[in-house]
Amino acid sequence: MEFHEARLANGLQVIAEHSPSVYSAAVGFFVRTGARDETDEISGVSHFLEHMVFKGTARHSADDVNRVFDEVGAKYNASTSEEITLFYGAVLPEYLPRTFDLLADILRPSLRQEDFDMEKKVILEEIGMYDDQPTYTAYEHLMQAHFSGHPLGRSVLGTNESITALTCEQMRAYHKTRYVGGNIILAVAGKFDWPQVLSLAEQYCSDWPAGGGLRKTTEARPQGGLKLVQKPNSMLQHVMHMAPAPTAASPLRYAADILTVIVGDDSGSRLFWELVDPGFAETADVGFNEFDGSGAYIGYFSCPPEEAQKNLARIQAIYDDVNKNGVTEVELNQAKSKIASRIVLRSERPMGRLAALGHNWVNRSEYHRVADDLEILRQIKLADIRRLLEQYPLRQLTTSTVGPLDELRI
Amino acid sequence: MADQQIQTHAISSGLTLIVEPMADVQSAAFCLLIPAGSNYDPPGKAGSAAVLCDWLMRGAGSRDNRELSNELDNLGVQRNEGAGNSHISFAGATLAESLPQTLRIYADIVRSPHLPADEFEPAVAGIIQNLQAIEDEPRQKVMVELRRRCFEAPWGIPSEGTFEGVAALTPDIVRQHFETCASPHDAILGIAGNINVPQALELVEELFGDWKAKPAPAIVTGPRGPQRDHIHHDSTQTQIGIAYNSVPYCDPDYYAAWAVVSILSGGMSSRLFTEVREKRGLCYSVYASLNSLRDRGQVLCYAGTTVERAQETLDVTLGELIRIGQGISTDELDRCKARAKSSLIMQQESSSARASSNARDWYHLGRVTSLEEVRNKIEALTVESLLEYISRYPAKDFTVLTLGPKPLEVNLGVS
Repeated sequence: MEFHEARLANGLQVIAEHSPSVYSAAVGFFVRTGARDETDEISGVSHFLEHMVFKGTARHSADDVNRVFDEVGAKYNASTSEEITLFYGAVLPEYLPRTFDLLADILRPSLRQEDFDMEKKVILEEIGMYDDQPTYTAYEHLMQAHFSGHPLGRSVLGTNESITALTCEQMRAYHKTRYVGGNIILAVAGKFDWPQVLSLAEQYCSDWPAGGGLRKTTEARPQGGLKLVQKPNSMLQHVMHMAPAPTAASPLRYAADILTVIVGDDSGSRLFWELVDPGFAETADVGFNEFDGSGAYIGYFSCPPEEAQKNLARIQAIYDDVNKNGVTEVELNQAKSKIASRIVLRSERPMGRLAALGHNWVNRSEYHRVADDLEILRQIKLADIRRLLEQYPLRQLTTSTVGPLDELRI
Repeated sequence: MADQQIQTHAISSGLTLIVEPMADVQSAAFCLLIPAGSNYDPPGKAGSAAVLCDWLMRGAGSRDNRELSNELDNLGVQRNEGAGNSHISFAGATLAESLPQTLRIYADIVRSPHLPADEFEPAVAGIIQNLQAIEDEPRQKVMVELRRRCFEAPWGIPSEGTFEGVAALTPDIVRQHFETCASPHDAILGIAGNINVPQALELVEELFGDWKAKPAPAIVTGPRGPQRDHIHHDSTQTQIGIAYNSVPYCDPDYYAAWAVVSILSGGMSSRLFTEVREKRGLCYSVYASLNSLRDRGQVLCYAGTTVERAQETLDVTLGELIRIGQGISTDELDRCKARAKSSLIMQQESSSARASSNARDWYHLGRVTSLEEVRNKIEALTVESLLEYISRYPAKDFTVLTLGPKPLEVNLGVS
């Protein structure tokens, strides 16, 4: 494993980890922009722009973009979250230059009015599709309620109204300020030649405008509460909850990863044994989401409506016990085994490595080898978990629910 | 493409072992297929295999439910198990040094499970809730129901079970399912990763060599559902499912069939994505896939769209499925080949992908195809061979199912 880093004159950072033993190379542009960087008027623009990026540039028509990616056999996609818009692809090493040319070029899209109007229909369909998914509905309402008044409460997709009202000019203005050198990280993982990657970055990205340092973060102060969405024809009750957890920059984040595996992994965890194994819930889990400046524990379960109230109490009993008594050495070691194996397996493919590499750099400007991550994991002790729980206890602070029930007591 | 050293062994009991050593990974993965899938659910008891699969994990050999789960977690095994049509499958991956102990546990799961009486109801509750979860996800629901309408029973009956079927199950029925079906005949174990082949062979012989074979149970067949149907559902979108006849994996025409579906739906320059989504903005999600059983195959298509645009979406999608018979460009075929080549090469980065692919090959073909062989078959395809395939298996006699607030019309010949 060899690590390289460079910064172009416009502020764009390039990081790359070479692995001689793989067959492909993965490349990704991590643009530090997402729903949290929007305003009411342009709600949903980051995600809509992610779609428009594939609609062509001065050098590539929309058809060219789709065609060339397929011609080089790329596995590629894009995603938008509250914080990051990511464009990525994995290809065989011989196709890296062609893929790089295309992937870099589309980040300067033409944003033509007729393409904008057509793609708006697709976005509205995507909103309709998620509208039929209770887990997504519960997540949207939970984020809005938990981060009420904070930028993280903004919807990634936007609403029918905000998308319908959005103009192409607004999108162009957003693109101009957000897709700038200092706001973009280029990450490469797998089999490649570093001088070539650097020269490709210089060739295709050095004329992008400079700028950056755009996001100011403040830690959210969630007030909690319940948001109930009644959906009479739903068969299961879907319940989600959140509470503050360490931020992306906090050293407690490793302990938070381990704690959520012990308490809420999808199998073999405390929630699994209390809710899923006995048949009280279809699924139950807790995860840790390391948002920039405001981390969150996020828990979810779905169950027959008549079990929902009892499951809330079961989870509370688990949380009370863990907050008071901590976890055991046996649980700690088991969680470490699970996480270590996940890290190794995920890292065997360049695409899996790219995600870890990029997110670590975006959040912390840090590079960790796989071996570093495994060593940090090994060093976590029960005392670290106790320190975490003192500062960030497990709670069902904000709750959202979607399903047949017209009442849920929290 | 790197040289693969795939080895196949017949274990004394009849189980087939396929080992693929991979020097460049630290992991090892396995895929164990037991011929006890939902095809063997007793008539009217759909869900027997699904419940059995859950129940099997609740204690085996010297371990109770919790000990079993803890031991796998301590070994870092990332696992999943599920009941399919033909088999119950157990798959997992972990660090290579943990594979032997992992296989010992799975040998106990399939050979000496406890199937404890007090764990039966929780297993059933989980399966019922899984069915309810499918009801809450219309995209998934429409495809489960489409299979019921395009495949005869038992192949079309959901391997997840049905509400009526699961309600009719008793511990004895599910135990009987295990007793009848769990047998080394037609059982397959694929292993891939950083492993020593002679040691793996010796271990598997020790674990499975004296497993008693039983005669293969008969499959009870029945009719398929209606070819045109609508399920009412109060949702924002209408879900569209379309199916038509194709060939199975073992058919000499398989790669041509695969390529035609790939041109329709593989990648973002594919026909369906271009015509339905990019040019008309009719939906977010539209796709087609080739679904292969051992002796039959169907192309299954999906599109989800808001109610007022659903009719146009169905018309355009059907139009594209038919239109591909009128011509394919060399460029389209070249892109399909490029995508296949990179997929095949990248498969060598994943022990899990190799273990399952080898096991499934054996089930369908009775042998394993090397990546090189697959690549050569794909490279040999021509536009003419694809069009010839389409002339034998044209897109027609569609099964069409819609799920949503309003039914749609099936207008053939519209483009």
